[in-house]
Amino acid sequence: MAKEMNGAEMVVQALMDQGVEVIFGYPGGAVLPIYDAIFQQEKIRHILVRHEQGAVHAAEGYARSTGKVGCVLVTSGPGATNAVTGLTDALMDSIPIVCLTGQVPTHLIGNDAFQECDTVGITRPCTKHNYLVKNVNDLSRVLHEAFYVAANGRPGPVVVDIPKDVQFATGAYAGPKNVQHKTYRPKLKGDIEKIKAAVELLAGAKRPVIYSGGGVINSGREAGHLLRELVALTGFPITSTLMGLGAFPAANPQWLGMLGMHGTYEANMTMHGCDVMLCVGARFDDRITGRLDAFSPGSKRIHIDIDPSSINKNVKVDIGIVGDCGHVLEDIIRLWRSSGAQVDKKALGAWWGQIDKWRARNSLAYRPSNEVIKPQYAIQRLYEATRDRDCYITTEVGQHQMWAAQFFRFEEPNRWMTSGGLGTMGYGLPAAVGVQLAHPKSLVIDIAGEASVLMTMQEMSTAVQYRLPIKIFILNNQYMGMVRQWQELLHGGRYSESYSHALPDFVKLAEAYHAVGIRCEKPGDLDRAIKEMIDVDKPVIFDCVVDQNENCFPMIPGGRAHNEMILGDSAGPEDMHVSDEGKIMV
Amino acid sequence: MLMKNEPTERHTLAVLVDNEPGVLARVIGLFSGRGYNIDSLTVSETEHEKHLSRITIVTTGTPMVIEQIRNQLERLVPVHRVVDLTVHGATIERELAMVKVRGRGDHRVEALRLADAFRARVIDATTESFVFEITGRSDKIDQFVGLMLPLGLVEVSRTGVVAIGRGPEGMQGRAEGSAGLGS
Ligand SMILES: Cc1ncc(C[n+]2csc(CCOP(=O)(O)OP(=O)(O)O)c2C)c(N)n1
Ligand SMILES: [Mg+2]
Repeated sequence: MAKEMNGAEMVVQALMDQGVEVIFGYPGGAVLPIYDAIFQQEKIRHILVRHEQGAVHAAEGYARSTGKVGCVLVTSGPGATNAVTGLTDALMDSIPIVCLTGQVPTHLIGNDAFQECDTVGITRPCTKHNYLVKNVNDLSRVLHEAFYVAANGRPGPVVVDIPKDVQFATGAYAGPKNVQHKTYRPKLKGDIEKIKAAVELLAGAKRPVIYSGGGVINSGREAGHLLRELVALTGFPITSTLMGLGAFPAANPQWLGMLGMHGTYEANMTMHGCDVMLCVGARFDDRITGRLDAFSPGSKRIHIDIDPSSINKNVKVDIGIVGDCGHVLEDIIRLWRSSGAQVDKKALGAWWGQIDKWRARNSLAYRPSNEVIKPQYAIQRLYEATRDRDCYITTEVGQHQMWAAQFFRFEEPNRWMTSGGLGTMGYGLPAAVGVQLAHPKSLVIDIAGEASVLMTMQEMSTAVQYRLPIKIFILNNQYMGMVRQWQELLHGGRYSESYSHALPDFVKLAEAYHAVGIRCEKPGDLDRAIKEMIDVDKPVIFDCVVDQNENCFPMIPGGRAHNEMILGDSAGPEDMHVSDEGKIMV
Repeated sequence: MLMKNEPTERHTLAVLVDNEPGVLARVIGLFSGRGYNIDSLTVSETEHEKHLSRITIVTTGTPMVIEQIRNQLERLVPVHRVVDLTVHGATIERELAMVKVRGRGDHRVEALRLADAFRARVIDATTESFVFEITGRSDKIDQFVGLMLPLGLVEVSRTGVVAIGRGPEGMQGRAEGSAGLGS
């Protein structure tokens, strides 16, 4: 039987029925009835953030580390506009989020009322879908539908805009049973004929590579297992995007490391030289492909993606399979086994011989120092100190993010949370808040840059309020390092506005937040300081003072191909030359 | 887009959508946001009970872009189905226009004579003007409007293109392969 209740109570009831345990939010006039309903119950925990952007990033961290839908509640007008960066971030990285926004009462919509904004208009291009609910009798259905749409198919953020009068109005509540969208039914199973053709192509490969992405992680644990199985079954080399790290264990000898702009030499050269490429849940992003017309010139390509619009978008493929990575991998493995497919052992052996030569270039090597902490060294020591622990990593955006991707090694999915598609500075700290809430006993570290972390630093208050012992590990190079690196490369070393002037004293800043501050300036002190950071059961800001001039290599500058990457040890001014066509690339 | 040298083609897409607020904004926003062309767009409810509207879009792009447009449209949650009528070959396209012409004497006679030749109907008349209604393919309307220009053309209102496939199959029957939706 449908129960009668008011809109605000419906919101809380729907969240409970959807299994929501935590909601990140910030109150305001247009959501007061919902806050009142939250006050009067105990099942859902509300986490008060300090900025609505932080609420969405925290929900993203929560979602990415658990596989659940992240939930956000903000007020109308500025509450909604502040959430836009987070929503765009979630859209770009395919993270399931349901964001509830308050709206002015229906009769005032369109009147430029106080704290009115056209939330559905503003968020239309930065959500997977959005709704304005004008009738309380639609509300419960829309809420359940929102969860369905956010989580199914290619995941993404969904906004539900709820006018204040609808929150007060009484209506019939319908439970979540059988609520799907009227027509939205993403296709999970791949076309079996195409999968057969893919198996045949793979079995005939002489120089194969598997290139996997975030889709494998979104598909769920099983997809990760199946990916491992396929790699073991075929003996093929595998590389992954920034988003896909952890789906395949870094310790496995068939792992080539990350590919793309700051990927390893062996990963990019393998992509360049392969004859068959299997792309699983990745999307041929420009950070991955480098110059498109020179991308992997001699290969036949198979692409598995749940989103048909990802297939043949940037790169033409020979076999495009629309479906969920897990389902399709399962079929590939089954058909591989039943067809008795055999790899060309001799060719594969020769291919691995070539790959090992590329590996021997040791492209992540850097010049060590006893005087100053090299940022790469800091990540390596952090990894060594935490590798046997139950640990989750988030990052900000910049050089530190790339060094984290290169030097931190992930053995499992859902342990690595970084803003890949949008590249949002300020993502890591609030994301760590969300991760820590989902995993209270685990070690959660935000690998940060001193510039990025200041963009959402206020969420330290959130961490302290809820006793979330997140660790903010700042690689403090006193520069927007990635900007400085590009200026060195492309703009004659004119470091326009990329120096981090007037930085706060991060140790004192931590103390001001009632957290713990640690500073480390010498390589010799690093291990002890990291141990101290891990041992404190409180939020910590760790100010790791590192080499200001270090650049992140290898690098494929804009407009270059995979086989034209710059390696760190050999980088001279002539290597840095970038064509005019390359310069316009972001 | 990326394959810069590929020639562009003109395609007519039929898009079946839920008739809900904002759905047209979603479709148009997709075209402007991703830099696709809209040469013509028409929309109207076609099945009242099911709240379905049909949007007909004429667009130009390379084959890869056209495929993208179809896939991106299909990705929108309230979009049920997208059929590229052009790849299905036999399509009928029509447009309706109302054309106002002002003039006296020979011009007036000539306008009427041409209207007759184009099977345009007179739907309004004064002693110094006509409004013609003409239906047909867009190029026929272009031609008619061109002829009216020296005869005192005042204004034109056009519906944009509507299209339907020939033969017994409906839009639902035209399996399009890569659709992400569908049962
Ligand atoms: C919100 C936002 N603004 C600007 C940028 C452009 N940007 C990319 S990296 C970077 C510098 C980051 O500096 P820092 O956090 O110190 O990291 P580092 O590169 O020094 O490790 C900037 C400004 C961005 N990615 N996000
Ligand atoms: Mg920095």
